[in-house]
Amino acid sequence: MSHVLSQTARLAPTVLPERRFGLRLPLLLLLAFVAVPLLGSDYWLGAILVPFLVLSLAGLGLNLLTGYAGQTSLGSGGFMAVGAFATFGFVVHGGVPLPLAVLFAGLVTAGAGLLFGLPSDRIKGFYLMVSSLAAQFFFEWLFQKFPWFYNYGSSGTITLPRLEAFGYDIGTAVGRYYVTLTVVVLLTWIAVNLVRSQTGRSWMAVRDMDTAAAVIGIRVYRSKVLAFAVSSFYLGVAGALWAFLYLGSASVQSFGISRSFQILFIIIIGGMGSIAGNFIGAAFISLLPLAIDHLAQAFFAGHVDAGLLQNIQKALFGVLIIGFLIKEPDGLARLFRTLGERLSSWPLRF
Amino acid sequence: MNLFLETLIGGLLAGTMYSLVAIGFVLIYKASGVFNFAQGSMLLFAALTFVTLLEKGLPFAAALAVTIAILILGAILIERTVLRPLANRSPMTLFMATLGLSYVIEGAAQGLMGAQVHALDLGIEDVPIFIGDVLISQFDLVAAATAVTLALVLALLFNNTRIGISLRAVADDTRAALSIGINLNRIWQIVWAVAGIVGLVAGMLWGARQGIQFSLSLVVLKALPVLIIGGFTSIGGAIAGGLIVGAAENLAETYVGPYIGGGITPWFPYFLAIAFLYIRPAGLFGERALERV
Repeated sequence: MSHVLSQTARLAPTVLPERRFGLRLPLLLLLAFVAVPLLGSDYWLGAILVPFLVLSLAGLGLNLLTGYAGQTSLGSGGFMAVGAFATFGFVVHGGVPLPLAVLFAGLVTAGAGLLFGLPSDRIKGFYLMVSSLAAQFFFEWLFQKFPWFYNYGSSGTITLPRLEAFGYDIGTAVGRYYVTLTVVVLLTWIAVNLVRSQTGRSWMAVRDMDTAAAVIGIRVYRSKVLAFAVSSFYLGVAGALWAFLYLGSASVQSFGISRSFQILFIIIIGGMGSIAGNFIGAAFISLLPLAIDHLAQAFFAGHVDAGLLQNIQKALFGVLIIGFLIKEPDGLARLFRTLGERLSSWPLRF
Repeated sequence: MNLFLETLIGGLLAGTMYSLVAIGFVLIYKASGVFNFAQGSMLLFAALTFVTLLEKGLPFAAALAVTIAILILGAILIERTVLRPLANRSPMTLFMATLGLSYVIEGAAQGLMGAQVHALDLGIEDVPIFIGDVLISQFDLVAAATAVTLALVLALLFNNTRIGISLRAVADDTRAALSIGINLNRIWQIVWAVAGIVGLVAGMLWGARQGIQFSLSLVVLKALPVLIIGGFTSIGGAIAGGLIVGAAENLAETYVGPYIGGGITPWFPYFLAIAFLYIRPAGLFGERALERV
């Protein structure tokens, strides 16, 4: 199958050309920081926007690794668990304040990612993807088996008694939204700059063809391992936010392999190698089940039992994924861009 | 010493069950370069269809025949709606499509046939027998024999039939195979159907052991390390990988597990696989990809 494998590199996701945001970015930020909290209800902020933002951040983490550096991983859920449990550990066992604990947890996760990225020097493609499951299952086992990680509670869940940052109470829906938004905006800004730096360009060279990258003098192994570390940092922070700002109390089950798949779907649907794609993909993934639910309630309420409905939803989700892959392989980000271009020249030329 | 032998043999036999699942993967990967994550859900679907038909009162042979017919139809459908539109896409895209496919198949299987646990009795007694001083599960012996027979039958088919030879041609060089007039779409349909039937066999054995239910689709996670140890492209490798994983995981759980808290079987095979890959990056029997710039 050598010919097929060697095509991986050539058919890798293309980079979306950079473009100037102009006024759009400040407007978007204004909307997110001012308009949304004013208009949104607690339900919208806490139960829809916070998870959406956290999932975007997790998608961003995986996208740095998969979309930019070309290393596929199915261990995202495991790394998110590391972030969550490390945050808990720093707060409960070390008495570290929450913001600092999240930062440390991110660094711990980066270390874990680095460790699991070490084999990427010899293992490639699907083989690497399968070995990334080692991380997923190892961490699931670790955080379940040793009660120290969840402070010897009986149920194995981790909960922080009080959410506090810099002396402010951030336990309210608005507080959680603001904190999540700030973290996500900050980390996105860093990511945007990172992928345009030398590091990011090395990643893309490695993704497109690592042998060629090595030939032009890029330190391939270093790039790969660094991508694992940076990606895991993002995933770790996302895991901490998911556990404490969205769920409130989490256990290993919150970070199972289905979470890894969910994050992979976000970057497929949104667009590999696209920063905006993570947000679009996360929005799609978190809104789709709600939409299907509402539709089903409207049309089949009472006629169909909940179990069947759940299965229909699952099958429909699968169909949509396949449909996307067939119709828009570069993800929704590309679709939106094409639409935008058509609209901008619409009345004059179609 | 007895404990060691029992652990080893029990592990080896359990490993053949993993091989059965892995063989389905290998077939599809060989013929189409698709890493078929849906193999687990195909296994669930096949076993669930079979047991539902049995419970509807069909005799064993008829239920088997109808299930196989459904699997063939399913393979044709998958080829038409998923594989054909995605032909020539990157292997990663195809992998993700099979992830979507696994959702569809699981949703369909459970939506149509319910989520309750079905018991399946294949008429094999699960009574341990003594060979010398060593206790061996009879059921495991039958499963192992099935796996080996299946691998032999597939090897014979591959080497001696027209379809088998064209299948190998496709696996070896798709473009060359196309140019000599091999119908690629037909080959894919056949291969997916055969993988479905292999899944049915694996599903029946696994199902007879642990009941036919949703968790059956998760055996795919057991088969993945087997697959990377044996290599994605070798049926013999799938058998060897299964034996290695089965034996090693059983030994590790018995001798190492107690010191680190036990329950290490979910992740141990993956670490083993990484260790193997470090020495042979394309698995034991996998074909090494040449890289050219």
